[in-house]
Amino acid sequence: MRISVQSEPFDLGRETAEFARARTDMGAVVTFTGVVRDLPGSTLHAMEIEHYPGMTEGALKKIATEARDRFALGDVLVIHRFGRLTPGEMIMMVATAAPHRKDAFDAAEFLMDYLKSRAPFWKREITEDGAAWVAARDADERALERWSGDPAGD
Amino acid sequence: MDVLYFAWVRERIGIARETVNTSAPTVNDLVDELRAREERYAAAFEDTSALRVALDQELSEFDASLEGVREVAFFPPMTGG
Repeated sequence: MRISVQSEPFDLGRETAEFARARTDMGAVVTFTGVVRDLPGSTLHAMEIEHYPGMTEGALKKIATEARDRFALGDVLVIHRFGRLTPGEMIMMVATAAPHRKDAFDAAEFLMDYLKSRAPFWKREITEDGAAWVAARDADERALERWSGDPAGD
Repeated sequence: MDVLYFAWVRERIGIARETVNTSAPTVNDLVDELRAREERYAAAFEDTSALRVALDQELSEFDASLEGVREVAFFPPMTGG
């Protein structure tokens, strides 16, 4: 399990290749990558990501550990950046490795759902109209509900 | 105890962290004390349902006890990913 909170860019191809190569008993590797995108109808100059040093690493570790306990998972990787990013840049990635694809896909979704509203990151969009904090979406909070059942009963 | 502010809470209050001498038994009591200080605190804590709190870096509730807590952080709902 590797968690990295960093300002530097990461190499998606290299990270994924290294992650996939690390275990020979895993039949599936799933990755998700978050990318800064332009806003509809407005030009995004930059996205600024603030975080809570110390708590962030702990929260991500807790989420990753929960994913590992909940699914038949061999390994987890989470990289999340902070600082000033421009459109097209990769913000974050998760990778999951499992013997079978369903656990790898489900675990990646679980990680993303929890990371969105339980890891202490805040985004601020800088456009020609000024700067605005991105509001949390109700849908992100609701997305957690589907994981609230008894994991053994899924 | 150390009190930390993030995102627009930090912007409204104007500082990222401070040391507060308080005997507030719960987070809500601490919020009341801060609100009474100055308008910028009152503005930041106007609606606590729009805020989250972490005690010693664990997400918590506003009615939680502050006993033994060293670090309190206030921030808006998170927007990672």
